[in-house]
Amino acid sequence: MSATTHALHLDRFEAAKAGLPGDARARADALARYAKLGVPTPKLEAWHFTSLKPLDEAALAPSDAKVAVTAATVAGHALSTSHAHHQLVFVDGHFRADLSRIGTLPKGVVLTGWSAAKSLPKDFLAEAADAGAMRVLNAAYAADGAILEVPAGVALAAPVHLMFLGASGAAHARNRITMGEGASATVLETYVGTGRYWTNAVTDISIAAGAMLKHLKLQTEGGEAFHTAATAAHVAAKGVYDSFVLSIGGKLARNEIDAVLKGEGGRVKLEGAYLARARQHIDNTTIIDHAAAHCDSEERYRGVLDDHAYAAFQGRIVVRPDAQKTNAHQLNENLLLSDRAEIGSKPELEIHADDVKCGHGATAGEIDEQALFYLRARGIGLEQARGMLIEAFVSELIDAIADEAIRDRFTASVGGWLYDAQGARRAA
Amino acid sequence: MLEIKNLHVEVDGKEILHGIDLSLAAGEVHAVMGPNGSGKSTLAYVLAGRDGYAVTKGEILFQGKDLAAMSPEERAREGVFLGFQYPVEIPGVSGLSFLKAAVNEVRKHRGIKELDAMEFLKFVRAKLKMLEMGDDLLKRPINVGFSGGEKKRVEVLQMAVLEPRLAIMDETDSGLDIDALKIVSSGINALRGLDRSMLVITHYQRLLGYVVPDKVHILSGGRIVRSGGKELALELEEKGYAVLGADAA
Ligand SMILES: Nc1ncnc2c1ncn2[C@@H]1O[C@H](COP(=O)(O)OP(=O)(O)OP(=O)(O)O)[C@@H](O)[C@H]1O
Ligand SMILES: [Mg+2]
Repeated sequence: MSATTHALHLDRFEAAKAGLPGDARARADALARYAKLGVPTPKLEAWHFTSLKPLDEAALAPSDAKVAVTAATVAGHALSTSHAHHQLVFVDGHFRADLSRIGTLPKGVVLTGWSAAKSLPKDFLAEAADAGAMRVLNAAYAADGAILEVPAGVALAAPVHLMFLGASGAAHARNRITMGEGASATVLETYVGTGRYWTNAVTDISIAAGAMLKHLKLQTEGGEAFHTAATAAHVAAKGVYDSFVLSIGGKLARNEIDAVLKGEGGRVKLEGAYLARARQHIDNTTIIDHAAAHCDSEERYRGVLDDHAYAAFQGRIVVRPDAQKTNAHQLNENLLLSDRAEIGSKPELEIHADDVKCGHGATAGEIDEQALFYLRARGIGLEQARGMLIEAFVSELIDAIADEAIRDRFTASVGGWLYDAQGARRAA
Repeated sequence: MLEIKNLHVEVDGKEILHGIDLSLAAGEVHAVMGPNGSGKSTLAYVLAGRDGYAVTKGEILFQGKDLAAMSPEERAREGVFLGFQYPVEIPGVSGLSFLKAAVNEVRKHRGIKELDAMEFLKFVRAKLKMLEMGDDLLKRPINVGFSGGEKKRVEVLQMAVLEPRLAIMDETDSGLDIDALKIVSSGINALRGLDRSMLVITHYQRLLGYVVPDKVHILSGGRIVRSGGKELALELEEKGYAVLGADAA
């Protein structure tokens, strides 16, 4: 059998399992489930727009964490040191205490890589019966990840920065964030790297009553990289899950968010932007499950697609029979810079309650010619004018990010993308 | 300054201007009047270089250079300014950063040192003062949610800041209240000078009472049907277009 990512993950398990921490049975079960499910294909509803064939053909084996990374590399991706923050670094999914700067934490807060943790939550590798193949594969191989526990009533003022550096093979990091009642925190995940590798991350989040998590993600993986990530957030009564995902990197990237509103008065906000060019493929698939009454959800994703890029947006909103007085709004807007770029956008509203306010919309358009002419008529060159309009489209979302250091980082990443895209345009 | 010779312009395959001749000397202000749909904005757009406005015959010379061969940004940098009849709303782009970028493009082109943020603010504040405006509009995204009059005032401000050689003001007076019209007019008058020419498109004699033109042209059906001195505007106001031999729209 020729080497595929799939086959390598099946074949290497026997040899790898002894070195993997935690519940060995759970891992073996997870691998068995993965073997049954196989690599997801577009035949599956949830993968309608995205084929993982290139990932499978890339023949990437589970990474062995021996890659050297310098402090300078880490510093290049760190948040500005003029803003206090807690930084954890992972290389190919493995925690690197030597590169991390956790700093002082409020009393009771746990923040660590799990290879350095005193104990692991029992259910750490547990997967629901309907979990997808990428999640269960992560459960089989996850060797490390971040753990953040903010106890009841504690506000973690400085943001937590989880930095994931990819270099080789497949990295299956598994993160867990637990917010106690009334707790609050801001967590930024960034994904960067060089070369051909695969990030397959899982982040599980539990938000207790009245707690709030601001969760930001910056995906700027290398151009040859594959990125699949699944975030699950459970929100109790009056809890808030506020997410922003900026996807720029990777050859093929998929971000899944599965948010469940489990108690009355909860709020979920999912925002995101994606910028893709060349032959990049970026998929955002989200589910917001209104399982309780009186909850609000707001979803807004904007995409910019150039060259032959392809983006998928699938946004499913479920309103359960008991979830009366639900407010749910979804909007996906796209700017197509080339007539070869393509967007597959699919909203899915599944409403089982009658007293609800739900709405959704999807648009795809080109750069506004009138706006472009207005800028040029003032002396601003065509490329710069285009750049201003593209940046404006995305920055309308980014400018609302509350944390200054993170907002600056996001703005700079968009600026970098524009610069590269303009360079490519000039060269073409 | 500006020489328009036998200019024919097509939009979407349809000829809108059927041979315009107009000569605007340095320092002169000409008014262009005419019924709705007569081609005034088309003339303005073709001078500014809007895509889709094709010159099929004739020529436009600006300071001896072939204007039609230049991109819109090159024209702006050479000193052409179009005050839009309908200024465009651009969400997400702040007026200040846009204007700073524009000013510096023009300065770069003219070989003058670019302004840094502080210098630019000082420069803009002086212009704001001249036009009796605050800086609140400039801090907002370009034209977004501005009232009709606010949009027009910002157009004049942009002209004042960019210091063009040829300013084409397309119905800048429409939508201004009486006080704003006076302020804007005195602003325009302050910008009149030997090296600056203006083409003022308007429907109303009132503006021309403040900004007194050297010449008035009547455009009708894509042709200049009459040209004359400032009295022509008065005559027009009294008698309407029909009397002048121009077809009402
Ligand atoms: N894309 C187009 N296709 C066909 N006809 C067009 C197009 N654009 C403009 N026109 C026509 O050209 C003519 C001139 O329009 P223009 O906007 O120049 O008039 P105007 O003199 O500025 O009128 P107003 O006083 O109402 O501003 C009008 O009849 C208009 O309908
Ligand atoms: Mg007009």
